[in-house]
Amino acid sequence: MSDDSIEPAGGFDYGAFSFASKDEVLAKSKEFWNPGKTQFWIDTGVPLVIDRRENYFLYDMSGKRLIDLHLNGGTYNLGHRNAEVVQAVTLAMQHFDVGNHHFPALARTALAEALITSAPGGLSKVIYGSGGGEAIDIAIKTARHTTQKRKILSIVKAYHGHTGLAVATGDERFSNLFLSDRPEEFPHVPFNDLEAMEGVLRGRDIAAVIMETIPATYGFPLPEPGYLESVKRLCEEYDALYIADEVQTGLMRTGELWAITKHGIEPDIMVTGKGIGGGMYPIACVLISERCAGWLTEDGFGHISTFGGAELGCIAALKALEVCSRPETRSMVHYIADTVGQRLRAIAEVYPDWLVGIRQNGVVIGLEFNHPEGAKYVMKQLYENGVWAIFSTLDPRVLQFKPGVLMKPELVDEVLDRTEIAIGRAYREVRGTNDLGRRRVA
Amino acid sequence: MGATVFELPLEPAGVPRGRAMIERAEWAARAFATYDAATVARIADAAAQAAAQHAREFAEAAVSETGFGVVEHKVLKNIACSTGIIETYRGHDYVSPRIDEVAKIVEIPRPAGVVLALTPSTNPVATVLFNIVLALITRNAIVVCPHPYAKRVCAEAARVMAEAAVAAGAPDGCIQVVDEPNIALVDALMTDERTDVILATGGTAMVRAAYSSGNPAIGVGPGNVPVLVDRTADLVRTAERIIESKSFDHSILCTNESVLIVEDVIADRLLAEMRKAGGHVLDDSERDRVRTLLFPNGHLDTRWIGKSAVEIAAASEVTVPARTRVLLAPFELAVPEEMLAHEKLCPVLGVVRVPTAARGIEVAKAVLRISGAGHSAAIHSTDSATVMDFAAAVRVLRVAVNVGNSLGSSGIQTNLAPAMTIGTGFFGRSSVGENLEPRHLVNFTRIAYNADDRERMGDFSGLSPWQAPQGPVPAYPYASNERAASVTHLATVRPEAVGGSTDELREEIRRLIIDELTNLMKG
Repeated sequence: MSDDSIEPAGGFDYGAFSFASKDEVLAKSKEFWNPGKTQFWIDTGVPLVIDRRENYFLYDMSGKRLIDLHLNGGTYNLGHRNAEVVQAVTLAMQHFDVGNHHFPALARTALAEALITSAPGGLSKVIYGSGGGEAIDIAIKTARHTTQKRKILSIVKAYHGHTGLAVATGDERFSNLFLSDRPEEFPHVPFNDLEAMEGVLRGRDIAAVIMETIPATYGFPLPEPGYLESVKRLCEEYDALYIADEVQTGLMRTGELWAITKHGIEPDIMVTGKGIGGGMYPIACVLISERCAGWLTEDGFGHISTFGGAELGCIAALKALEVCSRPETRSMVHYIADTVGQRLRAIAEVYPDWLVGIRQNGVVIGLEFNHPEGAKYVMKQLYENGVWAIFSTLDPRVLQFKPGVLMKPELVDEVLDRTEIAIGRAYREVRGTNDLGRRRVA
Repeated sequence: MGATVFELPLEPAGVPRGRAMIERAEWAARAFATYDAATVARIADAAAQAAAQHAREFAEAAVSETGFGVVEHKVLKNIACSTGIIETYRGHDYVSPRIDEVAKIVEIPRPAGVVLALTPSTNPVATVLFNIVLALITRNAIVVCPHPYAKRVCAEAARVMAEAAVAAGAPDGCIQVVDEPNIALVDALMTDERTDVILATGGTAMVRAAYSSGNPAIGVGPGNVPVLVDRTADLVRTAERIIESKSFDHSILCTNESVLIVEDVIADRLLAEMRKAGGHVLDDSERDRVRTLLFPNGHLDTRWIGKSAVEIAAASEVTVPARTRVLLAPFELAVPEEMLAHEKLCPVLGVVRVPTAARGIEVAKAVLRISGAGHSAAIHSTDSATVMDFAAAVRVLRVAVNVGNSLGSSGIQTNLAPAMTIGTGFFGRSSVGENLEPRHLVNFTRIAYNADDRERMGDFSGLSPWQAPQGPVPAYPYASNERAASVTHLATVRPEAVGGSTDELREEIRRLIIDELTNLMKG
């Protein structure tokens, strides 16, 4: 950790608190916060404590600059402290606060209208949560109320969050830990397997199928052409609702505002989170069709959330939605995707037995390496090379490689230069360990 | 809308969107700068033809939106500034490398990148078309910021050209236009470090602001055109030419004549010929009323810009024949307090009689001291020595001879570069002294070999660093597992698809130009 040795003589003073050194932060983080997580990153070779942040840059406490290609799953889609979002929220703080969740509210109403205007057809009302997990819970509760059925069908290795219902849709790693798996209510079928899905749906006791348009935490495996469209058709055939989880794929990341529209699908329920808060204020939104909106009339207090749709969050979201929706942004995403895709394919030609898969839809990108934990090696080399991109929790062969939608041409070039070198270094590191499965076989 | 509840000023509407346009233009410029000459020619042709096909519609819309000018004349300008510019520079190549084996130098054209075009209200569409065509010929992306008085028609014109250009293979976003221009936005765009060059065609304040922006700028100043007629001139033709030119587009061009300076000995004959051609010579009382109308408080009343001679006469209670095209306003002394010696932007022409051509040259200098330095002047004479004396004395960078200045100095009826953007050079505090040409928007990277004869220059013949795009730029972001399947519907840019109809279109445009010119002559 040679880069961490440079520390200001007076320590780190942040006004509200201060630390003498980065080591003190790490020690206290373990003592008072999360020892497992803190130690994991130290052991992984990514001893990052994020200090300053701006644009698509993060700065470690040491001053080391990192280009952020993790974006916290798209939370920083528009960059860190995006100037337009900061200005909108700063101004709003002169007038608004979190708001009172019981009453009709100015900012919540304005955002709801903007979301519905932007959304795929058929969606007509918005329910707010404070984060993606809560929003997924709302979506599931809404589907159950609408269909009066209990079962929710998701894919194996799905990831929709960690709250009570959301965690049950996902990988058992996170549900079993807290005795929160509920296999009888939450069946899972393999991704891209229509036969398995139809097998479960045929029982007609499924309230909804929940799908990330591209499963992020699973390493962005792409739906086979026609797969999602068929799932939607099966849902209609067996009277199940289609819940589109657009938390990581929405907000122009695939070159259209909502990825699901690239499939021509009008979901019954759509969930957005992360990036919708512009990286400045937590908020998540559930867009539902009129068919699903019954409980909002039957008992409008049916789901209560003090921070759900906090008005400052709504204002951040309005701005984030506006920036993402601009024709200029769409055009730039197409340029970024084209530039990055071409360059990654060129890199793959240099390392055909190492970078074995490029899963790309716009700036949603997964890079598949030929090693069970290949993405961890690349992540570490990228970190040393000034780029922060994270491996996929549920498939560490795959690196999540996620440029922001407002990245400038020069920065795209720079990050690709850094990536090319890091991929090469990781390749040599893994080859040095003589652990490159397919290569030995070949 | 009620008052906002917020105390802090919000950034004015449109500024962030404008910045996004510059960023998008940067991507487009990056892609465009790698295009080959054949593709660039096809794109520029397609955009210019699309504009020419809408020449009349744009002319009508411009007159209706701004209230300035004459539809027929704007049609002519729109065609001249679209397909006309293409024809002027056909065969010129601002894309391919140029090899000079004697000098052992190879020049590789390198476009500016992002061009910001600020365009005026007086000459709205023609300037937009002209700047866009120049940008396309040189592989630049362009963001047009029109004058608010002409924003709708300019936006429509730019969009028509953008669609045609992209359909012909241009990169997405290479032509953009601001829908709601305002001062804060113009300032933000001008000072944006991603703006590579500003083309500022318009008022002095805006042009000076462009030069102060910190970015490279090509700005042009106002005109105030003196025209000298000496005793050697062909008076009949001169009279017709000046009336034609002064009334062109109701005199809102910066190249329209402002003050006629005429040798006494031929003055009465010239004015008589001008009456025949549609001029009305004002008596002292009429002149004073017109002066008061146009300059009520010592400043030009913008309501009369681009209005007809008949309208101005009526408003001044001057009775004129219905066929009157120009009001001739005699005065003695060209000094700042004589408002008729200033630029008038309507068909009112100052008239000063002088005893000799030499004295006339002094008056022309005086007119240009008031404003219009670096711009243009005209002379009607068959005496080369007088023409030389005149041109060497007046502080302008083009002198149109025996031709109306409107279309003369703008290169349409002379062999100057045809342009709506007239460089006023050092005299006019501008960086460019010629009429704007494509070459002003491109630099060259020069490969320079060792001059020593023993060091041989490499062979560059047949080498080009540029390529034709393989489909839309950028490619649509299909999912990577759909890319192979989508290749068939990706290949939308096929040269033959555009080229097949090009000849027909070109022929149609030629017919259109001839028709318009015929109409003009009749008119």
